[in-house]
Amino acid sequence: MSETRDRIGDTLLAVENVSLAFGGVRALSEVSFEIREHEILAIIGPNGAGKSSMLNVINGFYHPQDGAITYKGNKRKQMRPHHAAATGIARTFQNIALFKGMSTLDNIMTGRLLKMHRNFLWQALYWGPALREEMEHREAAERIIDFLEIQSIRKTPVGRLPYGLQKRVELGRALAAEPDLLLLDEPMAGMNVEEKEDMCRFILDVSDEFGTTIALIEHDMGVVMDISDRVIVLDYGRKIADGTPDEVRGNPAVIDAYLGVSH
Amino acid sequence: MLYREAGQFKTDYAADQAIFPILQDRIFLGLFLLLALVAVPLLANEYWLSTILIPFLVFSLAAIGLNLLTGYCGQLSLGTGGFMACGAFFAFKLATAFPDLHIAVVFLLAGVGTAGVGILFGIPSLRIKGFYLAVATLAAQFFLVWVFNKFPWWVNYSSSGVISAPAREIVPGFFITGTQASPVTKYVFLLVFVAILALVAKNLVRGKMGRSWMAIRDMDIAAEIVGIRPLHAKLSAFAISSFFIGIAGALWAFIYTGSVEALAFQIDRSFQVLFMIIIGGLGSILGSFLGAAFIVLLPIFLNNTMLAVDPSISTAIVSHIEFMIFGALIILFLIVEPHGLARLWQITKEKLRLWPFPY
Repeated sequence: MSETRDRIGDTLLAVENVSLAFGGVRALSEVSFEIREHEILAIIGPNGAGKSSMLNVINGFYHPQDGAITYKGNKRKQMRPHHAAATGIARTFQNIALFKGMSTLDNIMTGRLLKMHRNFLWQALYWGPALREEMEHREAAERIIDFLEIQSIRKTPVGRLPYGLQKRVELGRALAAEPDLLLLDEPMAGMNVEEKEDMCRFILDVSDEFGTTIALIEHDMGVVMDISDRVIVLDYGRKIADGTPDEVRGNPAVIDAYLGVSH
Repeated sequence: MLYREAGQFKTDYAADQAIFPILQDRIFLGLFLLLALVAVPLLANEYWLSTILIPFLVFSLAAIGLNLLTGYCGQLSLGTGGFMACGAFFAFKLATAFPDLHIAVVFLLAGVGTAGVGILFGIPSLRIKGFYLAVATLAAQFFLVWVFNKFPWWVNYSSSGVISAPAREIVPGFFITGTQASPVTKYVFLLVFVAILALVAKNLVRGKMGRSWMAIRDMDIAAEIVGIRPLHAKLSAFAISSFFIGIAGALWAFIYTGSVEALAFQIDRSFQVLFMIIIGGLGSILGSFLGAAFIVLLPIFLNNTMLAVDPSISTAIVSHIEFMIFGALIILFLIVEPHGLARLWQITKEKLRLWPFPY
């Protein structure tokens, strides 16, 4: 863990005063924080606190009414999801969003689509440069498959896989894009202890081996306190705490938010 | 026992990603193609070629086209008949305006033209999905047939409104269109042409383009997240699907029937092709062929069986009973195997690999 912390660099993404409302419902109010290079940042908070909305704003699904996001030095108010993907932001979803009719391998290969450039005439021939490109990316996909230890299911349609493995394949698809920033929305929801431990190990390995910056939402406090470098706490769309796991654990506002407070 | 892949090791990814990675499949395919290219032309009579094999090949191509759009990209379309009409009339105008243009080039250009029309009618798919899109493509169907029926320019001002394919040779001495074309030449040309286009379709669906289509089909939100633009993916599916369907329409008019009017491409044609891909298997190139074979062959088979059982039966009764049995079989079939003939074939192969053991 200390190794990882030494590597933490400059700000990769800064969120400044972002506010998001759906009609009269304010999902986020003036939230500001930053994500630094190579760190693992956890976003926590009670249900409905605006955690998923925050991720959706970062990768362009929702367009905030106010505020700006600075990513890799470029300041912007909103962006399209495919543009976010092209600039190195990958994510997984709370409810698995895999392509159910496709095999594990094909799902992971879709993560590399943006890196494939041969036009459709070459693809129609499936020969020469197109074949070389396909093989190159197959090799990259196989490295991900090895990393996540899912060799045995590479040709299985993902719709047939158990929940825990589907989560792992979804992580694989996000990793295949070789992202600079990886957004994980409840990667361990609904898993048993063993599956959670596996997933934690993969997340830490991703951070160590690829140096990917990770922002994750998680409800399991044990996991959050163990693996994250920094924790941000949201409650009713506002940021109420920001700091190391130990600082956040002792923060009275956080304890109030989770346990409720009598007025 | 014969169908075992044990011991066939692959040492590179290209071998693993081949269309037929198992040796026995390749042997089977080789024998099948040999049979289709050599034995059939030598043995089949004119009836077999003209009423069964030639329409089967033309319909297979149309089914592949629709399968790319509906089976792979998930965009339901009822405009197949209209796009086939586009191909037929574009090919007719091209062939009569440029008599020196090679007929295969005419077919391909007719496909390209239809692809353009497909893109135009695919634009609503960016906003509407599912049944609503089907209704939008229905508009394409009626509009296109109306256009070809309404303006006599399309039929070169012929009073009957019917286009007749001008005689053209594929290689000198071998006519594939017109009255002097022999069914054998037509069949061989179609077989080769359709086989090549099927290979192109297979290559597209196992590459980048096919993956983006399937991603859009399975979950469009996640597809956007990995960087697929719905605009590109959907419109390319409409374009390429229409390309194949347009060529199928041109082949229908030029090679199968020889002369055709716009009304031959009514909505029934769209449904016919849609049934083919549903019965054959959505999202499968092989399924397109199997579905086309099923829909083309079954009525003929039923017809002949009934006449064989009772030669005195009237043709009206035969055709009515044929409709009833045909409909019942389709329903029965969809209940037994909703994923189509291609899935049935896949299950058979899986069973065969384990035979004689249950698992």
